Amino acid sequence: MRKPEFEPRIVAFVCNWCTYIAADAAGVARSRYASNVRLIRTMCSGRVDPQFVLTAFEKGADGVLLCGCHPRDCHYSSGNYKTLRRYTLLKKMLSQMGFEEGRLRLEWISASEAEKFRRVVEDMTEQVRRLGPLDLDGGD
Amino acid sequence: MTEPPKIGVYICDCGFNIASVVNVPDVVDYAKGLKGVVVAREYKYMCSSPGQETIQKDIREMRVNRVVVASCSPHLHEATFRRAAESAGANPFLVHMVNIREQVSWVTKDPRQATEKAKALVAAGVARVALHSPLERRSVPVRSEVLIVGGGIAGIQAALTAAEAGRHVYLVEREPSIGGHMAKFDKTFPTLDCAACILTPKMTAVKNHPDITLLSYSDVVGVDGFVGNFKVRVRRRPRYVDEAKCVGCFECIEQCVYKTAKFPSEFDLGLGKRKPIYIPFAQAVPLVAVIDPGTCIEFKTGRCKQTCVDACGDRDAIDFQQKEQIVELDVGTIIVATGFHVFDAARMTNYGYGRLPGVFNALEVERLAASNGPTGGEILLRDGRTPKAVAIVHCVGSRDEHYNTYCSKVCCMYSLKLAHLVKERTGAEVYNFYIDMRTPGKGYEEFYHRLIAENLHLVRGKVAEVTDLAENPAEEGRLTVVAEDTLLGVIRRVPVDMVILSVAIEPQPDREEVRRMLNMSCSSEGFFLEKHPKLAPVSTMTDGIFIAGTCQGPKDIPETVAQAEAAAAEAIALTSKGSIQLEPNLASIEEGLCSGCQICIPLCPYNAIELDREKMVARISDVLCKGCGVCVAACPSGAISQKMFEDDQLLHELEGVLSR
Repeated sequence: MRKPEFEPRIVAFVCNWCTYIAADAAGVARSRYASNVRLIRTMCSGRVDPQFVLTAFEKGADGVLLCGCHPRDCHYSSGNYKTLRRYTLLKKMLSQMGFEEGRLRLEWISASEAEKFRRVVEDMTEQVRRLGPLDLDGGD
Repeated sequence: MTEPPKIGVYICDCGFNIASVVNVPDVVDYAKGLKGVVVAREYKYMCSSPGQETIQKDIREMRVNRVVVASCSPHLHEATFRRAAESAGANPFLVHMVNIREQVSWVTKDPRQATEKAKALVAAGVARVALHSPLERRSVPVRSEVLIVGGGIAGIQAALTAAEAGRHVYLVEREPSIGGHMAKFDKTFPTLDCAACILTPKMTAVKNHPDITLLSYSDVVGVDGFVGNFKVRVRRRPRYVDEAKCVGCFECIEQCVYKTAKFPSEFDLGLGKRKPIYIPFAQAVPLVAVIDPGTCIEFKTGRCKQTCVDACGDRDAIDFQQKEQIVELDVGTIIVATGFHVFDAARMTNYGYGRLPGVFNALEVERLAASNGPTGGEILLRDGRTPKAVAIVHCVGSRDEHYNTYCSKVCCMYSLKLAHLVKERTGAEVYNFYIDMRTPGKGYEEFYHRLIAENLHLVRGKVAEVTDLAENPAEEGRLTVVAEDTLLGVIRRVPVDMVILSVAIEPQPDREEVRRMLNMSCSSEGFFLEKHPKLAPVSTMTDGIFIAGTCQGPKDIPETVAQAEAAAAEAIALTSKGSIQLEPNLASIEEGLCSGCQICIPLCPYNAIELDREKMVARISDVLCKGCGVCVAACPSGAISQKMFEDDQLLHELEGVLSR
């Protein structure tokens, strides 16, 4: 019997003002994309505690996507810059812990970029699918 | 709330929108097995009255104390379901929406995957809502003043509507006069009303209204604050003529040292001339002169005879020392009516605009046709000749994947109108080259038939080229329009004297700055994005900011006026109670946990956090906090939390989405 293709589980933290609206617009446009990415809405991407990202991996996510407004476009003026700094640190830390590049991704997706949202979701799903399941216990 | 969660899950079919992809009964069964769920139901339209009543009945009779509605985006119906719960006696913040339409059924092809994703999202919603607690909305006082940005017909109409309702209106216009594009037109379709006859009384009404402060020749340069309490900075550019003293007598202009007008008039799109001191057009509002320092001798050399000052005499309105001023305004709501930009036809080099003198854009021909225009209403070529044949090219920059893919909506109608005016004024043969004739509007189809009866030549085909290279004697010294006539299936070469390009409506070039300043969104074309295309067409995602007119997308005058009135009504409704309720998603600090490390203080974009030096703990101001949650994520001791976005709630939601 053929083994079913690995379906990664990906969590996307998206802000209420830009990316969530882009996702709504992708829906309205009936854009088809992989069902692997599940959204969690926060008011600002700056609300995303680095701990959420680590917990996501711990609870079974194979990839985490952070999305916010483009630089200078933040509804709260600068929340996305804080996201960027946290992401940079997290990325470094995860690589030291042996996580493959590509399991954590930051994207700026504005409200009008429904197509970009679709593309990022598709691309991230494909990328994580190639990486395979996240194995925190080192394979047992 | 001390009683344990009794969760009701309500899954919407949304007609076929959700149910045709997601196996809703399966999701209902799954929801019934989730922790804390006492009831799960499916309904065709959960947002309808019977749908809402089902939820209310369960709240009353089954003592459901938490509600999960799995349907469309919370941006669409969160308010609906919160209200439903509230009127059944439950706290509105014990409701959570799960988006299985925009995020699932509309974007997922495979029904099995869609159903799995819907289950995961419902699980997340259930896990989250169990931790919700009842919250109070905070009420903030709101100001009733309205700021309107842009003084075209949209801004004018919105200003008059709001002022008539007793609101004080600040109308900011960057040009020296209000009126916008409409003031440049001769006639309007389909009634062939004189544009000035219907517009200028409204302009005067704006000027004379006691509740409208008109700030012309001014730009909005900064907007701070939030719904009901915006602080706006407006830069008033110097006119070098005192607006309070000038009576618009034109004496200074007549007596200017330049005996004849020499410089291209902006209002006439360079087809007419003006002096360094000028009034853009005779019906301008305010009727106040303005000096262009770029062309005025006094500004250039400092040695002008200042005949304008002498002409003004005792009125003493001319003031070469005038400086830019910044005015600060406090307003409750903002209506953005910044209008459109005409497509630059020079970008389509094959049409020769800017290179061949016989090629005009439609707005230029509007000026030629207007009785207050540079030719007094005669449609003439640049060399003064009357054209004998005229081609009107539709869809220039519209419905063209190289420029703008969208239809600019008004071009067919204004092209027909121009065809009529050209025939009326010049008796020329008129050829309209169109791709499709689109005339959907009240009286528009009738206008089209009227024009056909005027012996208009209609050629269906996109023009390939406008050239001055003659291929036969008939084309000698003229412009030739080359197009495939797609009804006849032949290439046609039509020699004409004048070509009118029906240019597209484009977003303003500076929309990015305006968008950033006001925290709005743009559609992919660059027009300002409404909150909902059907149900909130003049609202934006930012509370208290509304849009009207062509800054939102191409539209004709009746639509613009209707939208302007709608925006004014929204602004009035929003602030009519004197206070509004805001979401309770504020951050707060638990003193006992705060270590006084002060990491949060510089992170807050609103300076809402300060240190209590006595207790060495941070404090968040309820008034200043806007609820972004940046400080919550940064607090190393977990002392800060954000209502509606508590750590626990988000972590449970996270577990839910990962459960399948």
